[in-house]
Amino acid sequence: MLEGLMIGLSTAFSVTNILMVIGGCLIGTFIGMLPGLGPMSIIAIMIPVAISIGDPSAALILLAGVYYGAIFGGSTSSILINAPGVASTVATSFDGYPLARQGKAGKALTVAAIASFSGGTIGAILLMIFAPALATVALLFHSAEYFALMVVGLSAIAAFAGTGQVAKALLMTILGLIMATVGEGALFNLPRFTMGIMDLQSGFGFITLAMAMFALPEAIYLVLDPKRSNTEAGGEIKDLRITRDEAKAIAPVIGRQSIQGFLIGVLPGAGATIASFLGYAVERNIAPKEEQEQFGKGSVKGLAAPESANNAACTGSFVPLLTLGIPGSGTTAILLGALIALNVTPGPRLMVDDPQIFWAVIVSMYIGNVILLILNLPLIPYIAKVLAVPRNYLIPFILFFTLMGAYIGQNNATELLLLVGFGVAATVLRFADYPLAPLLIGFILGRMLEDNFARSMQLYDGIGFILERPMTLGLLAVAVLLVVLPSYRARRARLRAEGTADGD
Amino acid sequence: MALDRWIALILLGICLIYGYTAFFTMDAGLPPFMQRNPVWPSTFPKVLSVLAILACLVIVLGLEKGDGTEKAPDINYRRLTDYNLGQALMLLALMVAYALLLRPAGFLLSTVGFLFFGAMILGERKYHVMLLVAAIAAGSVWYLVQEVLGIFLRPWPFFLMGG
Repeated sequence: MLEGLMIGLSTAFSVTNILMVIGGCLIGTFIGMLPGLGPMSIIAIMIPVAISIGDPSAALILLAGVYYGAIFGGSTSSILINAPGVASTVATSFDGYPLARQGKAGKALTVAAIASFSGGTIGAILLMIFAPALATVALLFHSAEYFALMVVGLSAIAAFAGTGQVAKALLMTILGLIMATVGEGALFNLPRFTMGIMDLQSGFGFITLAMAMFALPEAIYLVLDPKRSNTEAGGEIKDLRITRDEAKAIAPVIGRQSIQGFLIGVLPGAGATIASFLGYAVERNIAPKEEQEQFGKGSVKGLAAPESANNAACTGSFVPLLTLGIPGSGTTAILLGALIALNVTPGPRLMVDDPQIFWAVIVSMYIGNVILLILNLPLIPYIAKVLAVPRNYLIPFILFFTLMGAYIGQNNATELLLLVGFGVAATVLRFADYPLAPLLIGFILGRMLEDNFARSMQLYDGIGFILERPMTLGLLAVAVLLVVLPSYRARRARLRAEGTADGD
Repeated sequence: MALDRWIALILLGICLIYGYTAFFTMDAGLPPFMQRNPVWPSTFPKVLSVLAILACLVIVLGLEKGDGTEKAPDINYRRLTDYNLGQALMLLALMVAYALLLRPAGFLLSTVGFLFFGAMILGERKYHVMLLVAAIAAGSVWYLVQEVLGIFLRPWPFFLMGG
């Protein structure tokens, strides 16, 4: 592990890559603060830039930096204006905004930054321990197990979608898989489902789809409902210091929630959103009586809990991505798409074939966290000025960037029409409360899923591989259980309220 | 019937067409050497179409019951006209226009136009500021894409480029 760390240090500490982290964090914070633009949209917009860099390590470092920056920026707008830019920072606003209203915005931001920093750093340490171990196991997998493992991942995403939502999430996943079959498959070289349209030969562009699923509906929502971009500041930012007592109070909270958040983040489908809500709920339950009443009214503990949990979960979600090549959340799915575009296949071979990429990403996580703490925190009062950009200018620019992203990716004007069409469809799906992240994850995994399926079918001359390989059978059984169990339990406890699971 | 079930019904139609193609028309042109393969290009789509149709049916028939507590939706689609629907539709139309004009009119002209009219649709009336912002943005994005990223974007209309 030490050897790997050295490789990572030497890669990450080049001038270019440090600039990438700093740039990524700043861009992420900047855009993440804007109401309505979550990390998924930002990363989708940044992908063409990252791909044109060409060097996979630098590209991934940039995108990872953007990711942390966006989460941090989302917390800032939750605290300052009670407008979470991201689902995973909704819990941050529970206690962060009341603190800002009491004139303690500076303190709240500091607590959030320290909690994020610790969550991210502890998460990175755990990632460093877990990922290589998991990758060693995963190296034993054959295409049959891979196929089964992906099915498990996809069903887990549907299963965590919340009560009454499993069928919808499942349908969206399958729809994503179906969309992935459009175009020429790798194994057959036959155009499928192109309806004779030349531009569909190579299939749908994943950046187009990512933009259409996240950035465009969000922009349309901003247009439809001006209140969403309501940017009334909650208080002036001054006095960033916290007292020694407060530091003592939040230290154990941060420790617990970093570990819990990381473990939740590793699970496919249960990302930073669930981690932050769960972290908040757990800390409120175990707090002493008198402190419990403070939750929701400006408790520093209530602020530290979701912040460390969501950052640790973001780091945790890199575990399945880097070791198995299976993204657990919409954001990591987009990162996976970017890696494939850069000719890197994440998975257990990554650590053997391209160790510098893996370790550079981990080292850049530390650097990114430090930068967020020492660079972004003092700059926050200035960056927060971006919240004052009038929406009349903001919205056309967001739309323009989605168009540019789709155009640069494919260099093809048809792609823009597809973007608008899918964007409208995605907005309607969002009206009806269909989760969109599963569709994108299905789309990105679709081709790999089919390739592994086809390879196992060819090796075993038919569907027999499912029965002949006990591990495959076991994994597929788990997948079925995951899908069936929630609806069975929902039937038994229909009135129990469940947390929501939006993409993060 | 609620919107989510209507959507499931539409998706059901799409999946039926997809499934029909996979099961009945796709294999017609399959070369003989491929037919000996245990897996055909249509195998995976067949599986997917069956699963998708099942999932659609579960939603259309309302087999999966929620927990009864309805989440407060971000936007209530039943009262869509209460929102700025006109603006949203006009912006979408503008995006389509941009897509169609990008090649013939060139990047700079169509982008300045897009940003200008986009702000105008949203109610901005400071025309000189809008024009300035749009021109600076279009120019700098073009420079970034063309010179830094090295992706060709035709800057001017076709009749100015000499072919």
